[in-house]
Amino acid sequence: MAESRKAAIEVSGLNLWYGDFQALEDVNLSIKHGQVTALIGPSGCGKSTLLRAINRINERLGYVRTTGSIEVHGQDVLAEEVELTQLRKEVGMVFQRPNPLPLSVRDNVLYAYRLHRGGRSSRREEDEVVEGALTQVLLWDQIRERLDHPAIDLSLEEQQKLCIARLLPVKPSVLLMDEPCSALDPEATEAVEDLIWQLRGEYSILIVTHNMAQARRASDESVFMLMGKVVEHALTGQMFVTPKNKETADYIEGRYG
Amino acid sequence: MSEFNRGRRTVPGADTLGSSWWWDRIAQGVVFLGGISAIVFIVAIFIFVAQQGLGFAIFELDKGVFLTSPEWRPTTEPEPVFGGLALIVGTASVTGLAMLVAVPFSLGAAIFIGEFATGRAREYLKVLVELLAAIPSVVWGFIGLTVVNPLIIDLFNVPVGLTILNAGVILGLMAAPIMTTIAEDALKAVPDSYREAAEALGATRWQVIRQVVLPSAKNGLVAAILLGVGRGFGETMAVLMASGHSVNLPTSPFDSVRALTATIAAELGETARGSEHYKALFSIGILLFLVTFTINLLADVAVRGRRKRR
Ligand SMILES: Nc1ncnc2c1ncn2[C@@H]1O[C@H](COP(=O)(O)OP(=O)(O)O)[C@@H](O)[C@H]1O
Ligand SMILES: [Mg+2]
Repeated sequence: MAESRKAAIEVSGLNLWYGDFQALEDVNLSIKHGQVTALIGPSGCGKSTLLRAINRINERLGYVRTTGSIEVHGQDVLAEEVELTQLRKEVGMVFQRPNPLPLSVRDNVLYAYRLHRGGRSSRREEDEVVEGALTQVLLWDQIRERLDHPAIDLSLEEQQKLCIARLLPVKPSVLLMDEPCSALDPEATEAVEDLIWQLRGEYSILIVTHNMAQARRASDESVFMLMGKVVEHALTGQMFVTPKNKETADYIEGRYG
Repeated sequence: MSEFNRGRRTVPGADTLGSSWWWDRIAQGVVFLGGISAIVFIVAIFIFVAQQGLGFAIFELDKGVFLTSPEWRPTTEPEPVFGGLALIVGTASVTGLAMLVAVPFSLGAAIFIGEFATGRAREYLKVLVELLAAIPSVVWGFIGLTVVNPLIIDLFNVPVGLTILNAGVILGLMAAPIMTTIAEDALKAVPDSYREAAEALGATRWQVIRQVVLPSAKNGLVAAILLGVGRGFGETMAVLMASGHSVNLPTSPFDSVRALTATIAAELGETARGSEHYKALFSIGILLFLVTFTINLLADVAVRGRRKRR
């Protein structure tokens, strides 16, 4: 039943090593188009590693080795001839800690846009892009007067929304989010969750979360990982009510911490 | 300290703890003396220089002549001329050229070491830079004299090679290692999350450096350059050996010049203590002191600016 629509991300036989340490072991995963998929599991099980393998940002480290394949919309992203710039235009990433660039709010929103366009465009066009992106993340009315302020001066919630907003102008199809709410207070968490839920449909979203309530509330499917392996992948409703594996049940009920 | 006292109480009569406590006291004393004496020496030097030359510089020296006349004839009788312009221009031109050499060199090296080199290569390069920084200036002067001098004569077909060009290149190479170290520190202070964020948005390594890292490190880089300028300004031996040491208002990099510092070094030994000439040299010292002090202050302000901005 899970294979009915074309997959946004198709991971098969993925192994990943940090030096000698194997962090991912034979991961097979099919992430559906236009849905929110929650990635859950105890700390250190390889959730971030998997996420960071998809946009290949983990290659910055220099000692990461990968085998197997990852396809985004049918295209093998691990192939040698893949342009990282293109890959990262297609696959946006939101980090655990909001990490706006040391630029103004406006320049943050426009950073990727200008990068992939190869330069600035007219002021009017850019204004529209900024307004569009900030409106989509429900931030426009709040910060329209502060576009020229340094992004670092915003509240954490605003910063994290900005970090989502800056992905949108280049029209990615996949958004990877690594515990995007873990630095936020409960109220801000709810606001950002709502936002993520709104982006569903237009974007395929793979989100790592530690928060079971959040996974349950705001995802279509869930993937449970343990020690570098995928243990269970099911509809969220199903997994949280009748998990197939004992480990999954233990984790969901909080017996792992 | 209080740690040791506590330790002593819990293990009564343990001699070893007693001796380590004494070593602790002694080490503390030595460090304290070192710190204090550095301050005392600086103050003493300042007072000494001021005492020897400040009165002369303020009341007797003709500042108009000193700043506008290229005639440095301190021993002409009965009317010596203390025109410092040629020396000031000499120092400025050598330092300026040195910066033209050192800034691209050191920034390039810092960017390579800080942003591109990894693992062992990076460690080796850092050690190499530190070794280069430790080469004594007289050795650089010697290189200027014996290597760069004939090279310039051959390359440009000029009669003398001990010129602004020579001293500038030597001084530039000499200042570059320290500037590299400071610039690399400034790059290292840029949070890695900035680089990661920009790369995840699709920026290439080079775009990240140009658009994110360099602007964030700007203040530290300015500080590195200013400290290099200060170094160039105060350098004596290498400049004395490589510049030709002739009082001269230069019109091209192929002219010999004389630096302020070199003038003091070369002449002070031959002046009578307390003479006008002697005091005039100390006035030059005061000028050097003021300039380097200002430059260091600016560098400090630049670094502080960087810290404050996050
Ligand atoms: N940069 C790294 N170098 C070496 N080992 C790492 C690195 N990052 C993560 N690991 C290891 O890989 C495993 C998975 O880590 P991670 O993907 O961060 O887990 P999670 O996000 O699920 O908490 C852990 O055992 C961790 O120690
Ligand atoms: Mg993680």
